[in-house]
Amino acid sequence: MEKFDVIVVGGGPAGLSAAISAAKAGVRTCVIERGDYPGTKNVMGGVLYTRSTEAVVPEFWKEAPLERPIIEQRYGLISGDEILSMSYRDPAWDQPPYNAHTVLRVKFDRWLAQQAEKAGALIITETVVQDLLYEGDDVVGVRTGRAEGDLGAKVVILAEGVNNFIAQKAGLARPLKSENVAVAVKEVISLPTEKIEDRFCLEPGQGATIELFGESTQGMLGTAFIYTNKDSLSIGVGALIEPLIRAKWTPNDLLDALKAKPYVKRLLQGGEMKEYLAHMIPEGGYNAMPKLYRQGVMVVGDTAMFVNGLHREGSNLAMASGKIAGEVAAQAIKVGDVSEQTLNHYDDRVRDSFIIKDLHKYRKTGDFFEKNPHLFKIYPEIASKAMKMFFTADETPKKEMQKQILKMAMKKRTKRGLLSDMFGAWRAFK
Amino acid sequence: MHYLICLKQVPDTSEVRIDPETNTLMREGVPSIINPYDAHALEEAIRLKESFGGKVTIICMGPPQAKEALKKAMSFGADRAILLSDRSFAGSDSLATAYILTVAIQKISETDPVDIVLCGKEAIDGDTAQTGPGIAQRLGFPQLTYVIKIREIDQGWITVERKTEGGREVAKAKLPVLLTAEKELNDLSYASLPNMMKASAYDPEVWDIKALPCDPSQMGLKGSPTSVSRIFAPSAKTGGEILDGTKDPTIVAGNVVEKMFQQNMIMVDPLAKGGK
Repeated sequence: MEKFDVIVVGGGPAGLSAAISAAKAGVRTCVIERGDYPGTKNVMGGVLYTRSTEAVVPEFWKEAPLERPIIEQRYGLISGDEILSMSYRDPAWDQPPYNAHTVLRVKFDRWLAQQAEKAGALIITETVVQDLLYEGDDVVGVRTGRAEGDLGAKVVILAEGVNNFIAQKAGLARPLKSENVAVAVKEVISLPTEKIEDRFCLEPGQGATIELFGESTQGMLGTAFIYTNKDSLSIGVGALIEPLIRAKWTPNDLLDALKAKPYVKRLLQGGEMKEYLAHMIPEGGYNAMPKLYRQGVMVVGDTAMFVNGLHREGSNLAMASGKIAGEVAAQAIKVGDVSEQTLNHYDDRVRDSFIIKDLHKYRKTGDFFEKNPHLFKIYPEIASKAMKMFFTADETPKKEMQKQILKMAMKKRTKRGLLSDMFGAWRAFK
Repeated sequence: MHYLICLKQVPDTSEVRIDPETNTLMREGVPSIINPYDAHALEEAIRLKESFGGKVTIICMGPPQAKEALKKAMSFGADRAILLSDRSFAGSDSLATAYILTVAIQKISETDPVDIVLCGKEAIDGDTAQTGPGIAQRLGFPQLTYVIKIREIDQGWITVERKTEGGREVAKAKLPVLLTAEKELNDLSYASLPNMMKASAYDPEVWDIKALPCDPSQMGLKGSPTSVSRIFAPSAKTGGEILDGTKDPTIVAGNVVEKMFQQNMIMVDPLAKGGK
């Protein structure tokens, strides 16, 4: 049986970052990926954050296949045919130090895998890891689905993504629950570069993102998004599985309904669908995190529930956690101790970083939204109506108009309800 | 026994579309794969090696990125892979390609004589099915094309089953021989992990024009008499006529027979009795 120091299960941002940092630290590293090559099975909305990527591959923007640097982020509330939106734009974000880029994962992950190879890691593709290998209680490698498929390892890093089968078998993660997992679908729609830049008011090469709430998910907890790529748009929508089941909506129908909204329709006009993608997103947050390590094993990225849905962050948490795990693995191997006591450093370091600090900050939001399903339905309606009344010049005296707005809001939600929502939100987000 | 596979890297034609306006292939973003028929040829060679022993060599002509296909091919258990790559090979048609591959096979045979050359029956991007037979002709090997089964290799003779228009043909030839493979020849197997690891660390040899004593007038664009005058998408087939036989089967059956006569699907001797 061939033996490695580190085996990484899964070639996404978390696994490849782990492999890069482990290989750079000089330990023999192997990544096992089930797709034809890293990227073929990997899906996200499409925003890659600079800081966490730069920490893994310095100055990656000079070489990596990126789509557009994001200079504008827009939030929109959809209610019927109406939209209320707010955006922030900084043209300086189109140059170093960037904040974020849009990417197409099939290209980016493949490139990141090449960086792992350059760092010295071996990448085995089209191979599925079925289980860990044990000697007594100690993890000593992995079993793959291929003939003569056992591989030895001192440390295994589980970066298998949201489907945490191996982490479950290893007693680290629990089975996924429908209230902790969102399902998102996405289309890549090709459009000429100039059309994209015109429609989003961009200079050549610049990019923008739009997140849409409210009726974009039929009032369910979730978001829709439109991101600009070089010569295509990524449009998608995701919602928690639990409310989808309850409301009997399929994600596909959500996307069709979203594309029919006038605001969205105009942005996509004339485009041709090139790709259709779907994926699950672990949204359980802090309270659903598995145990992050045991002797010889660490859990990173989506497998560890490292997703901050409110800030649409995921790939950065994945890369940062992968990098730390790779470093801790290399360190543990060098001192010849891969016991729980040593791998505990991984847990310490992710807790001390933005990864778990952010998840901890928002630990109550999941529960808050779950108990108040009206939020994503009523407030977009109230906000939209209020703005409409505010902007309508119909000779109503302004004082009277303010009263009418308040009355309209109270009709949809009592004073008590409004106050309790505000207090609840403050408690959940503080 | 020395088995030699001629392998081509091709765009995955299931994902290639034809631009309806310019009639050119839209290859952008289309993944490259091992030509599926060649994969079956390789699989057969690996199986022959397992039963009779010997060595499997793969050659491939193409641009530098075709190395990927060769590395992947190695994972199925081949022993050696050589990429024939040179700017002067570019633009070769099936005649010139067969010439270059033949020169390579002859060079390999100098030190390690080849017993069986295996090719796919055709490449899915060109569908010509000319290169394999072209190589056999130049090497002076007998050719067994469209092979669906190797029955026996014995005393320097090989017996195979060939797929023909109307059925199967059993044919026998003396080694050395060239076969071209149909998909029915075998089912592809899943490479073992040790072979995958070996392949991922393997760096195929690259032979350029200096390594191959080729006659420049017989290769590349200059050595290629074929010219592609036009590429077009065949017009879509119409769905055909559907006759509803649930209401009045007798009349419908009559209509069917009538249509078959109208379209000359059935010919009747005018002197026969009982006909219409």
